[in-house]
Amino acid sequence: MTYTVNASGIRKAFGGKPVLDGVDLAIETGSIFALLGPNGAGKTTLVRILATLVRPDAGTATVAGHDLLADPVGVRRSISLTGQYAAVDDMLTGVENLRMMGRLLHLPPRAAKARSAGLLADFDLADVGNQRVKTYSGGMRRRLDLAISMLVKPRLLFLDEPTTGLDPRSREQLWGFVREFAADGVTVLLTTQYLEEADQLADRIAMLHHGRIVAAGTADQLKSSLGGEVVRLQFADPDGYRRALASVPVIRSDERLRTVDVGTDGSAAAVHDLLGLLRTAGAPAARVSVDRPSLDDVFLSLTESRIQSRTPSRTEANRVTQKASIR
Amino acid sequence: MTTAYALSDTRVMIARCLRRSLRDPEAFFTALMLPVVLMLMFVYVFGGAMKSGGTYADYVVPGLIVLCAGFGAGTTAVAVAFDMSSGIVDRFRSMPIHGSSILAGHIAASLARNLLATALVIGAGLGVGWRPTGSPGAWAGAVAMVTAFILAMSWLAAAFGLLVRSPEAANAATFVLMFIPYLSTAFVPARTMPAVLRPVAANQPFTPVIETMRGLWMGHTSTGAAVGHEAWIAAAYCAVILVAAFAAASWLFRHRTAA
Repeated sequence: MTYTVNASGIRKAFGGKPVLDGVDLAIETGSIFALLGPNGAGKTTLVRILATLVRPDAGTATVAGHDLLADPVGVRRSISLTGQYAAVDDMLTGVENLRMMGRLLHLPPRAAKARSAGLLADFDLADVGNQRVKTYSGGMRRRLDLAISMLVKPRLLFLDEPTTGLDPRSREQLWGFVREFAADGVTVLLTTQYLEEADQLADRIAMLHHGRIVAAGTADQLKSSLGGEVVRLQFADPDGYRRALASVPVIRSDERLRTVDVGTDGSAAAVHDLLGLLRTAGAPAARVSVDRPSLDDVFLSLTESRIQSRTPSRTEANRVTQKASIR
Repeated sequence: MTTAYALSDTRVMIARCLRRSLRDPEAFFTALMLPVVLMLMFVYVFGGAMKSGGTYADYVVPGLIVLCAGFGAGTTAVAVAFDMSSGIVDRFRSMPIHGSSILAGHIAASLARNLLATALVIGAGLGVGWRPTGSPGAWAGAVAMVTAFILAMSWLAAAFGLLVRSPEAANAATFVLMFIPYLSTAFVPARTMPAVLRPVAANQPFTPVIETMRGLWMGHTSTGAAVGHEAWIAAAYCAVILVAAFAAASWLFRHRTAA
């Protein structure tokens, strides 16, 4: 098994505040790897470190076989970075962007020209190639960004929140391209705050929270780590709801709906035990439903337990509840 | 990476910056109109009241060149700050290209924009009665002087743009650099100023630059000093500003983008 990214003990602090707190990462060649986490988790910093834009305070990494610190030029030859804000020149046309980047990748002028025309067609931009990027929609900009990344096939493609702000159709289309790249042998490192995106695309997922990887594995592994299934319990009155919160391990809760979600192994016996436990605690459940857990559940269980293990502030508790009720 | 790649990267970056300059029609139009409008205003509106010895057009051309260069430097500071605040510089830096080519592109475009503005000032000046008496050699010297000055201002502007990061803040450079010429011998001789301002005007860096051009084109300076004397001071000022701004910009570029 070969790894395109092999990083260990990556640390970075900005102004004394740790952003990455000892991250280990191994990404198999040819796979799609998703780095999942909320804003401020350190995803972008990790990408910027691996793309040679930021020096880590500590830790070592190789990217496509090149040492990050000793051979940054070798790394740069092997990667392509598409940023959170599409890294294209607004004032130039799509064709000009592609040719400029082609020249910077040291393609001969004629090759840059031919390749640009081909990529515009591949990425469904042929009609707008001669318009300035300023006039492009969000989806068109991301497609141009991807087309630029494919001028010279990289060994590792960074996609930093590629679908943030895109409409569902553009998002689906972009996912399709990413799958094609991977099928073509390009290793993809994707950051996202959308659990669905990681679920849909990634072979492996790492969850980043406060600068640490709190869980890693395939989507299925992560989901089954919760204990198979999620039982949602609803309570008739607020007192029952509060007593339940105090007596069972809660993944998340909604005060308004008086619901509490609990992870179980999915067996009838486990559900029976749970209901018995609640009855003895003086919090009999009014309604029960059972669901396969989503990555949301995994993420919330991991982050919420962390929040509770510190002193829970009012705002943090509210945020978790809000997040749960949106779904 | 070879020198050939470095040159090719720089050429691509220069083309990009020039293209961007041409594609911002408002800014471009303002930059072209400014020299002409200022020339008409200074010569026809203020000119009558100025006692500079000879026609005011003969006096004011070097001052307006410097004023327009200040405006041009502001444009450069904004362009650099804008680039740094957009995602594209990150992409450039993650590519196997020479980092220095990015700033070189901005500086070359700045030089081109400002030399065009200088040519417009000269053209407008000749149109309103400026009659320089300098020899071709003196012209070459004056053009070399203004080129060195623009180069120094361009690096200073780039360093400022890198320092402040936001295009709005970078615009402050325009204000400062367009204000300094008023406290020099650009528009009136230092001897006509109040005693407090006289030493400021006589010793600030813009004055020797202006006086060098004035001396070369008209045969005499407004300070009474010899052209050669002013030229040495001007060259020293430009060299110091250039070296300091270049060092600051290079340092900032490495560290700003690496944050």
